[in-house]
Amino acid sequence: MTTATDVKVVDLATTPLRELNQRLHDGAAGGPLRWRIINPGGAHAVAVGVDAPFEIEIEGHTGYYTAGMNKHAHVRVNGNVGVGCGENIMSGTIHITGNASQACAATGRGGLVIVEGDAAARCGISMKGVEIVVKGSIGHMSAFMAQSGALVVCGDAGDSLGDSIYETHIYVRGSVEGLGADCIEKELKEFHREELGRLLTAAGADAKVDEFKRYGSARRLYNFNIDHAGEY
Amino acid sequence: MCGIVGLFAKNPEVEANLGALLAPMLYEMSDRGPDSAGVAFYREPVAAGHTKLTLQHDDLNFNWSTLRKGIKEEFGASTGIERRANHAVIVAHADAAPVEAWIEEHYPAVKVMSAGEAIEIYKEVGRPEAFIETFDITSLNGTHALGHTRMATESKVTTAGSHPFSTGLDLCLVHNGSLSNHNGLRRMLRREGIRFQTLNDTEVAAGYMMWRQREGDTLTEMMDNAFEDLDGFYTFLIGTRDGFAVVRDPIACKPAVLAETDEWVAMSSEYRSIATLPGAENAKTWEPAPATVYSWEKEAVR
Repeated sequence: MTTATDVKVVDLATTPLRELNQRLHDGAAGGPLRWRIINPGGAHAVAVGVDAPFEIEIEGHTGYYTAGMNKHAHVRVNGNVGVGCGENIMSGTIHITGNASQACAATGRGGLVIVEGDAAARCGISMKGVEIVVKGSIGHMSAFMAQSGALVVCGDAGDSLGDSIYETHIYVRGSVEGLGADCIEKELKEFHREELGRLLTAAGADAKVDEFKRYGSARRLYNFNIDHAGEY
Repeated sequence: MCGIVGLFAKNPEVEANLGALLAPMLYEMSDRGPDSAGVAFYREPVAAGHTKLTLQHDDLNFNWSTLRKGIKEEFGASTGIERRANHAVIVAHADAAPVEAWIEEHYPAVKVMSAGEAIEIYKEVGRPEAFIETFDITSLNGTHALGHTRMATESKVTTAGSHPFSTGLDLCLVHNGSLSNHNGLRRMLRREGIRFQTLNDTEVAAGYMMWRQREGDTLTEMMDNAFEDLDGFYTFLIGTRDGFAVVRDPIACKPAVLAETDEWVAMSSEYRSIATLPGAENAKTWEPAPATVYSWEKEAVR
C-alpha cells in the first residue's frame, strides 16, 4: 500500500533513465504521488512526458529537455538545467532553483515555469500559452515568434527580444538590450497589472508591478504587405 | 555535433591528476562525437631554446629512435622518447621551424601534431573510450588540457581531420559547429602562405588564427577579426601556453557550459562532463554569453 505522503526516491546513479521515465509514464494508478530523483549528473531527458499530478523533486543539475512536455506534474529542480527545459510544457509547473540554459519552455502551451536564476538565449521561443517567470536575466532572441502566454523577467533582457512576436505579454523590470522586429513597448493596462501581479505572487518574486515595462506585438507583420515586398 | 571539454588546474593536486580528471569528461562526450577524439595537454615545459614536438606516424612500429638520432645530429636533442600509441614526443635543441622543415624533408610520412614548450597533442579516429585507453590519457599530468570528440559533417574522418588543431607554437584549437565560408577563406589563407592538410573547416579556423597571430593580433584582436570573417556557428576552445579561452559565435548556436571552483576551471559542451569532477555540484556554473571571450591564464612562470 502506498499513501499520498509516500516519497519514492530514485537514484539515477544506479537506475537507468529509461526505467525512471517509464515508471513516471505508468501514471499515478496505485503508485506514489511524490518522487525524489537524486544524482541526475547532468543527464538529458529527466522526467520528460509526465502526464500525472506528481510532485517531482530533482536534486542536482540536469541536462537537456528536463521535464519536457510536462502535463499536470509539479517539478522542482534544485540546480541548473540544460537546453530546452520544459519544452512544450502543457500544464503543471516547473521550478528551477538555479540557471536555465537556452530555449527554456520553448513552444510551451500551458503551465508555469519559474527560473530563480538566469535563463540563457531563446527563452520562451515560440511560446504558445505557457507562463514564464525568470527572476534573473534572459539571453538574446527570447520570445522569438511568441504566440501567447506571458514572460516575466525580473532582471534584464538580451538583444532581439520578442522578434516576430504574434501575441504574448512580455514584462521586463530591467533593461532591454534591443527589441526584435515588430516588438514594441506597450501600455501596462489594468489587465496586465493583474496578470503580472498574479505571476509575481505565484513565483514568490520580490518585485513590484510598477517597476516593469510591458512589450508586445505591433501587429505589423500579421499580413504580407505588398508595398514592402522589396524588404522581405 | 561534436563535444568539447577543457580543464584548467588551480593547484598542484589537480595538475598531478589532470589526465585522470579529463578522461571521464571526454568519455561523457562520446555520444556527441563517436568517430574521433583528441586532446591537447600542456605539461612539463622544456627549457628555453628547446622545442617539444609531438609527432605521429600511421605505422605503430615506426622507428622513432632513428628519427630522434637524426634530429640529434642535426640540431641536438634530449634523450628519451615518450611514446603514446602511434604518437611520440621528442625534444629538439632548436627552434621549431627548422626542425619541422627537416622532418618534412627526411620523413614526409611523419606528421607534426604540435610544437612548443609545453603542448602535446594526441588524436586519432575511433571511439573516444578506445582513444582514452590506447593513449593512456589518465596517466597524463599538466597545467591545463583540452579535449574533443568529433562527429564529422563536412570532411573525412582521418587522424589529420581530428581535433585539436595546432595553430602555432603552444597554440591549439578545438571546435564544435561548422563554418560555411571555409573554402573561400582557405584560398585567401593559402595566398598568405598558410598550409593545409585537409578539407576540414576547423583547420581553416586554425589557419586563420595562425595568420592573425602572425600579423600581430592579440587574442582579443584575433577574435574581434574572427567574428567578422568567420561565417557559421562555433564554440571554440583555444589553448595557449598558459591557459585557455572559450568563445561562442554571435548568436550562440552551439552549446557551452563553464564551471569554476577554487581548484579548477572546467568547460564542456554539456554539464554532464563537468558533473564527473570533484566539487562540481557546488561549482559556480554558467553559460558563456555570445561573442564574448572568456579566458584563464596561469601567472607565467618562466
